[in-house]
Amino acid sequence: MLDKNGIARTIARELRDGYYVNLGIGIPTLVANFIPNGMEVQLQSENGLLGMGPFPWEGEEDPDLINAGKQTITTLPGSVFFDSAMSFGMIRAGKVDLTVLGAMEVSQKGDIANWKIPGKMVKGMGGAMDLVASARHIVVAMQHVNKAGESKLLPQCTLPLTGLACVQKVVTELGVFGFDDHGFVLLERAPGVGVEHIKTHTRGFLTAHGSEPEISWP
Amino acid sequence: MNKGDRGGPGWTWGLEDDVFLRTTNRMNKVFKDALSALHDLQDGTTLMLGGFGLCGIPEHCISALVQKGTRNLTCISNNAGVDDFGLGLLLQNHQIRKMIASYVGENAEFERQLLSGELEVELIPQGTLATRCLAAGYGMPAIYTPAGYGTEVAEGKETRVFGNKTYLLETAFDADYALVKAWKGDRLGNLVFRATSRNFNPLMAMAGKITIAEVEELVEPGALDPDHIHVPGIYVHRIFVGTNYEKRIEQRTVRSRS
Repeated sequence: MLDKNGIARTIARELRDGYYVNLGIGIPTLVANFIPNGMEVQLQSENGLLGMGPFPWEGEEDPDLINAGKQTITTLPGSVFFDSAMSFGMIRAGKVDLTVLGAMEVSQKGDIANWKIPGKMVKGMGGAMDLVASARHIVVAMQHVNKAGESKLLPQCTLPLTGLACVQKVVTELGVFGFDDHGFVLLERAPGVGVEHIKTHTRGFLTAHGSEPEISWP
Repeated sequence: MNKGDRGGPGWTWGLEDDVFLRTTNRMNKVFKDALSALHDLQDGTTLMLGGFGLCGIPEHCISALVQKGTRNLTCISNNAGVDDFGLGLLLQNHQIRKMIASYVGENAEFERQLLSGELEVELIPQGTLATRCLAAGYGMPAIYTPAGYGTEVAEGKETRVFGNKTYLLETAFDADYALVKAWKGDRLGNLVFRATSRNFNPLMAMAGKITIAEVEELVEPGALDPDHIHVPGIYVHRIFVGTNYEKRIEQRTVRSRS
């Protein structure tokens, strides 16, 4: 079973030298801690920054300098500020190579729902709909089951959608999942997790042979 | 005044709704404070407000709205502030009738008013929000975006396929006033923003029929490098200096020195 850092570390293997990457709030943010040494990756924050640096030293917080999660951050040499239209312009134009975001549900067709629980949670989609409609690679980081213990990998999403057939990979505490014409495909198992366990907790159609390797990190 | 009545007093020909007659001099856009700059803002107005979270919000304009007690406002803003700061202050007073935003997760009062039906809310994708502002400032009636296709955001909207992708037609915003916060400005209305407090501010500044900018520093024309101005003053109708900015931080995240 993977913890949150394990999920982030697994997703960090998707990074490539020279990538421009947008990381969502929550587990996706942790991916920044696992960028391999020597690899140059630029983090895009959709509130208007390319080249996001780490949190500031205590006492050096700048209220004018935050990320999309409203956290105080810093710049790096080569960082750029821009307005929100240019920020989503570069997203829409497909310049962002990889988007990592959280989800409440993912369907076996790659649909994603992550912004609204009708009658309950009202937060809004923020930039998620723009990102999933346009990023070149979209990876979801999430827990495999919800608080009630029900699978979040479903035949069809039950919650209002964020985007259609856009997710290419899902990483949960149980494994790494891709997609084919039939549905989810188990690519790798989390250390110590058996295929039967994964099947039991996945409601969407899942192709799994049992020969899938355990996740390993470089 | 007749349209086409050139050469009359001032430069007012052809302007039906005379924005600058409300200021004394077209090229001196300076007001003494937020209340005077917002003097003619009426109940039922549609407003744009810059800022992302609490970063780069027009704090003094919001305070003036609270003080004026202007009601039935439609507010276009990425977020709705927090319970006791930013747009949250207007929500507490029930001054907002309708909110158009992309993310409102930090405001419990907002959620309460929405679920109880007191507040009308339109949630739209953040890039769509930004680009509908951009379209207004660029004089374009609408734009196409793929964001929201296949979701409830697309309901009732015209779609069109370009290449192998489906796009939604989204119209430019039509807002009476834009209230923005800049770092520096001059009396001609030229504006410069700082760091990520830029966000929606320049876009909304360009999109408002009447744009009111509050700045931390008002400088003489010529003091801002023409190469570094983010919003040309032609888009800005009124400007004032805001003092004692609170600039509240929403999520203070730091590295410890120990």
